[in-house]
Amino acid sequence: MAQANKRIRVLVAKPGLDGHDRGAKVIARALRDAGMEVIYTGLRQTPEMIAAAALQEDVDAVGVSILSGAHNTLCPRIVSLLREQGMTDTLVVLGGIVPQEDIPKLKAEGVAEIFPPGTSTQDIAEFIRNNVKSRD
Amino acid sequence: MQELKEASSEQLQRDRWEEETLRPALNRQPERKTTFESVSLDQINRLYDRTDIADVDFDNDLSFPGEFPYTRGIHATGYRGKLWTMRQFAGFGTPEETNARFKYLLKEGQTGLSVAYDLPALMGYDADSPLAEGEVGKCGVAVSSLADLEMLFDGIPLEDVTVSQTINAPASVFLAMYLVVAEKQGADWKKISGTLQNDILKEYIAQKEWIYPIRSAMKLVIDTFEFCTQHVPRYNPISISGYHIREAGATALQELAFTLRDGIEYVDWGVRAGLDIEQFVPRISFFFNAHNDFFEEVAKYRAARRIWARVMRDRFGAVNERTMQLRFHTQTAGVSLTVQQPLNNIVRVAIQALAGVMGGTQSLHTDAYDEALALPTDKAALIALRTQQIIAEETGVANTVDPLGGSYFVEAMTNKMEKGALDYFERIDAMGGMVEAVEKGFPQREIQESAYQYQKALERGEQTIVGVNKYAMKDEPQQVPILVIDESVRSQQLDRLERTRAMRDKGAVERTLDAVKKAAERGENTMFATIDAVREYATLGEICSALRDVYGIYEEPSI
Repeated sequence: MAQANKRIRVLVAKPGLDGHDRGAKVIARALRDAGMEVIYTGLRQTPEMIAAAALQEDVDAVGVSILSGAHNTLCPRIVSLLREQGMTDTLVVLGGIVPQEDIPKLKAEGVAEIFPPGTSTQDIAEFIRNNVKSRD
Repeated sequence: MQELKEASSEQLQRDRWEEETLRPALNRQPERKTTFESVSLDQINRLYDRTDIADVDFDNDLSFPGEFPYTRGIHATGYRGKLWTMRQFAGFGTPEETNARFKYLLKEGQTGLSVAYDLPALMGYDADSPLAEGEVGKCGVAVSSLADLEMLFDGIPLEDVTVSQTINAPASVFLAMYLVVAEKQGADWKKISGTLQNDILKEYIAQKEWIYPIRSAMKLVIDTFEFCTQHVPRYNPISISGYHIREAGATALQELAFTLRDGIEYVDWGVRAGLDIEQFVPRISFFFNAHNDFFEEVAKYRAARRIWARVMRDRFGAVNERTMQLRFHTQTAGVSLTVQQPLNNIVRVAIQALAGVMGGTQSLHTDAYDEALALPTDKAALIALRTQQIIAEETGVANTVDPLGGSYFVEAMTNKMEKGALDYFERIDAMGGMVEAVEKGFPQREIQESAYQYQKALERGEQTIVGVNKYAMKDEPQQVPILVIDESVRSQQLDRLERTRAMRDKGAVERTLDAVKKAAERGENTMFATIDAVREYATLGEICSALRDVYGIYEEPSI
């Protein structure tokens, strides 16, 4: 029951060279409004920097925003770095422009869900709430 | 007295209509909503009539096309003399692939070129930088050195075709590469026309592809103004862009206000550097978004011309017409395109493009319907071009100048836009200028807030996106084909880069890079040294790195 009162901690991460951060900033604020604690990495973080931030901030979920088409290179690396440092339960979700045919592979690599443009922020908050693993 | 009486008789007529006709109508059939808002969440009245434009002075506020303050357009004949330039933004994969796309678009009747560079290029990194991994040729064409640009414009005569380059933080390097390619083709710099985006302020505000700290970056922009004024007089060294500000979430008014205030900032910096406004301002161009709300957009463009003319005359003391005339490019709103039911995007783009035309744009890019999914395929790019051709040659909208001029609604909105923009100017002036406002995070916060409010309005169902939050389909028809950028682009680019590095005169590269650094350190115009370095095939990454050594890099404050 103690878990129910613990606020979910989410790292919103923007990897790659792209600077389009409208989505990342809107979702960060929406998740905050939904009662979560949100840490935004800022722009141009490498997968290594994102994994380190996730560990340091002890987050339950990492929300990655990629619009540049670099998701196939960046996402699997973020997941494997998280797992390597023992964050086996940390939920990883991706938002951005991701072609349909890339989705099965990304899911197989450990991305829990991919949110295309047009997804409501409430749906994203709900998914995170329902899928983060409780930790003791 | 006479005027007062007339105004009040108009109001009396309006009151009568509301009593006799409107009230019974509302009793029979209430309106669909209690308030009606534009896509910028601006409240729109039920009816606009004479009373809403009572303060418009037709001679001073509207005048005639081609006359101050150019509200009705900068050309006396509108599009009857010359249509707008159809300039589709294109770039993907290798320079060879993009060169082929350019030739295809020109063959199909496009009248100008516009280059999209990839993210490593936009950030000033070569294709072999570790930071470029996964991004080479993805969002635009991959370019690391003069060798790539030579290939990109192979068989395209730069003296005849105008080219717009979307490049900002490393813009001076791209201008240098472009001029050297032109020179190698035998073109005369004095005859070259074209546009460099080179609008670094909106990078800090919205698009965020920056390299150096703001003030050093502004110095580079002024270097290009000075250089072009003297050596490439028909070239537009900047395209001050509201497009990205809007895409980041700004309202139409914020797009207008921040873009024009950026314009004032560049002019201020140019004047402080000793440039003559009558020489460099006529070559400043603008770039606006065309979003879904048709009339709001038309009002925005008309207000932009009027504000700029008045600012140039009253704030800077301009006397030449060209200095006061705002020329602009328009691109339809990428952010409005949907992944869901993507063919609907063709309709959105057509209506947005029409707004740009009704607003008197000088050139236009129409987005392809598949751009919410990927970079456009040949087929999608062709439909986008055809959309412009249909507007230009079938609809009749280009037959008369400023067809919406005098519309109660459009004129009232144009006034409102102008007033709102002037209010923003006052706030930004009070901060010390746009550079200071950006350092304080002011425009960034305003845009972020608007983006969030729009998202909330969307989720409450107050704003509609067809196929997304209304008329969504569970089992959508099959996907459209999309363009896939092969990972082999990177290896092809790495090969060319390696060959380029191997064939260079290493001593000359070092010497010219050192000269770039020295020019930057001494505060001299960096363009001459940059051109010399480019001639020796110093790469984009090497030149930007030399400048990084002198200027440092920008760190975004947390906003």
